[in-house]
Amino acid sequence: MNYFPEEVIEHVFNFIASHRDRNSISLVCKSWHKIERFCRKKVFIGNCYAINPERLIRRFPCLKSLTLKGKPHFADFNLVPYEWGGFVHPWIEALSSSHVGLEELRLKRMVVTDESLDLLSRSFPNFKSLVLVSCEGFTTDGLASIASNCRHLRELDLQENEIDDHRGQWLNCFPDSCTTLTSLNFACLKGETNVAALERLVARSPNLKTLKLNRAVPLDALARLMSCAPQLVDLGVGSYENEPDPESFRKLMAAIQKCSSLRSLSGFLEAAPLCLPAFYPVCQNLISLNLSYAAEIRGNHLIKLIQLCKRLQRLWILDSIGDKGLVVVAATCKELQELRVFPSDLHGEEDNNNAAVTEVGLVAISAGCPKLHSILYFCKQMTNAALITVAKNCPNFIRFRLCILEPHKPDHITSQSLDEGFGAIVQACKGLRRLSVSGLLNDQVFLYIGMYAEELEMLSIAFAGETDKGMLYVLNGCKKLRKLEIRDSPFGNAALLADVHKYETMRSLWMSSCEVTLGGCKRLAQNSPRLNVEIINESESNRMERNEEDERDKVDKLYLYRTVVGTRKDAPPYVRIL
Amino acid sequence: MITELEMGKGESELELGLGLSLGGGTGAKIGGKSGGGAWGERGRLLTAKDFPSVGSKRAADSSSHAGSSPPRSSQVVGWPPIGSHRMNSLVNNQATKSAREEEEAGKKKVNDDHQQPKDVTKKVNGKVQLGFIKVNMDGVAIGRKVDLNAHSSYENLAQTLEDMFFRTNPGTIGLTGQFTKPLRLLDGSSEFVLTYEDKEGDWMLVGDVPWRMFITSVKRLRVMKTSEANGLAARHQEPKERQRNQPA
Repeated sequence: MNYFPEEVIEHVFNFIASHRDRNSISLVCKSWHKIERFCRKKVFIGNCYAINPERLIRRFPCLKSLTLKGKPHFADFNLVPYEWGGFVHPWIEALSSSHVGLEELRLKRMVVTDESLDLLSRSFPNFKSLVLVSCEGFTTDGLASIASNCRHLRELDLQENEIDDHRGQWLNCFPDSCTTLTSLNFACLKGETNVAALERLVARSPNLKTLKLNRAVPLDALARLMSCAPQLVDLGVGSYENEPDPESFRKLMAAIQKCSSLRSLSGFLEAAPLCLPAFYPVCQNLISLNLSYAAEIRGNHLIKLIQLCKRLQRLWILDSIGDKGLVVVAATCKELQELRVFPSDLHGEEDNNNAAVTEVGLVAISAGCPKLHSILYFCKQMTNAALITVAKNCPNFIRFRLCILEPHKPDHITSQSLDEGFGAIVQACKGLRRLSVSGLLNDQVFLYIGMYAEELEMLSIAFAGETDKGMLYVLNGCKKLRKLEIRDSPFGNAALLADVHKYETMRSLWMSSCEVTLGGCKRLAQNSPRLNVEIINESESNRMERNEEDERDKVDKLYLYRTVVGTRKDAPPYVRIL
Repeated sequence: MITELEMGKGESELELGLGLSLGGGTGAKIGGKSGGGAWGERGRLLTAKDFPSVGSKRAADSSSHAGSSPPRSSQVVGWPPIGSHRMNSLVNNQATKSAREEEEAGKKKVNDDHQQPKDVTKKVNGKVQLGFIKVNMDGVAIGRKVDLNAHSSYENLAQTLEDMFFRTNPGTIGLTGQFTKPLRLLDGSSEFVLTYEDKEGDWMLVGDVPWRMFITSVKRLRVMKTSEANGLAARHQEPKERQRNQPA
């Protein structure tokens, strides 16, 4: 019932930013649905195939900001073949021919072409912000279009994309009249950068707060850039000299001294540690430090730096920090909320475990950092005892992702499975929303997850479980589950088919190298008009050859997701949609 | 001709089969072949199932695994779960480091190298910029990526490619009635060869140049039928003549 005029209700709605809350509001009644539609500015679409652009535009004609995600998460690890999908072009085309005044586009794991970027740049006069994360398919020519045509561009943020660098002059394409940039991140570009053009651009962007450089921007240029941008808040350093000359170093120090607003530091993509001391003055203000690409910064240099960062809330590092380094973090960074420790040595070349992190480091962090709520931890070994201790120390985890590098590795002291350890985590962390498990695990861990992980939204399983029961515990127990991704685990048709309606409450399910068969997937698809069930089999010629399919064939990769628009038309031949 | 690709290292366990036609392996192309293809094997990504010592019978005899040596995590596809962008950076760093160490070790032996360490590093940094490169196989629509830095020689690479494309899923063996015998990729005795596109866009036969030179110039790989590659070899034979004498 409405006791207020629509304008008032709309005004109230505009205070509600979270898309989930907005979605809830729109379900209250028809009148609210209508009001909400017309004042919705930001839309988040977690799976670009769940809906199509036409319906989006029809429902939200006043859209200003769109976030789209394409490929499933495991695409990050090369498990999803090329041309699987996730093309942004149809979206841009549809938006372009509509009256939508798009200002912001955020894409993750989508295929973006230069053509798309060009169309985007020409279609929306007020376009302000482009954020591309883990996308591919475009080149620096596309960036040149954006630079040339988006007169009011504020943000160009390229995170970990595969960009073909034509070493062109895209930075030169920003017109002299462009002075509105607040954020520029091109750290993932692999080619040469026109440093002079960059310096001019930075000099005429007084509002620039975020600047993240790529490898090609050397030390002396960094000093000049920082001198003309003392207002920087977030800096990504490119490459560093091995041994800078004293003059360059002095200039850098002078520039850094002026950057009193600097709160976040990253990059050091090709850095030698000798220049680090230039950054010591800003360390006390840092809240975010990302050294996960800085393979050269380790040992004492790293420790010295961290000891100065007393206000750190977010730390991303390589495991070369070692357990000893993590003990220093635990002693220094009392405000730490998020920690990510990435592996630095994949080929087992360093057999001395001094370079790696173990359960010791994890326990130290959990004991020393009371505000910790998110962790991603790659390590060589783990124990149940450590996990139980971590759970006791840190009941506030909302994200807990543990990756023991060797599949099926048990507790290295007791040789038992790690079910009890992870069980302790889910039992203690009542707010847990995201969990990744690893190591040797039976069905028991999934029983615990189903029982205790009431808020769990995303679960990643690899090389774990014993029988279908494992998967069933999760599907039956985790009421808020949205994304489930499983690889190399013995779950089959019985688990897959037990509760088909469950999948309509979720965004997606991924299963690869499991025990589900073609027959099982077909049965699933038959009963589910609102699910797209996609099968990816490795060998196309194999499939074409065999005239009769064997329903007992195991499916290599299964990806299913809910959708309101039926089967997609852009799938490549080796993706079969049942 | 193709025998010139012989690696000369006596890797008898090298079993790499190539069974691909050119052109990215579209469906139409495969349909055009008689009977559906010269090979009927299902390639498959390596998973833990390929490591029976670890993959099967998990809970029951978990303790019995203590004796067997588990696969290195880097041998399982898509594992550890690190984003490819990060992975590339990681392997670049490792390659740079080991290349630099090798260069410096070599420097100690060869006295006439007067370059400063810094220059060597820079030179190496400039060259060693790769990670995952795309591999396409004729007849397989699904391209792959292979991490060149995880390999130290042509044999290594060939083995990985075989595992990627030819390891049969035990559940389906015999369905097509065909099982490809182990094919030798690099010595030219099979009907398929491994080729690569270099930085200039030319397609060359793999194996002509020293490994280290290869990895700095390769842009992507393609496995093609020998008959089609014959022309390729002939085209590039003369310029490569000199290089062939160098140890691979």
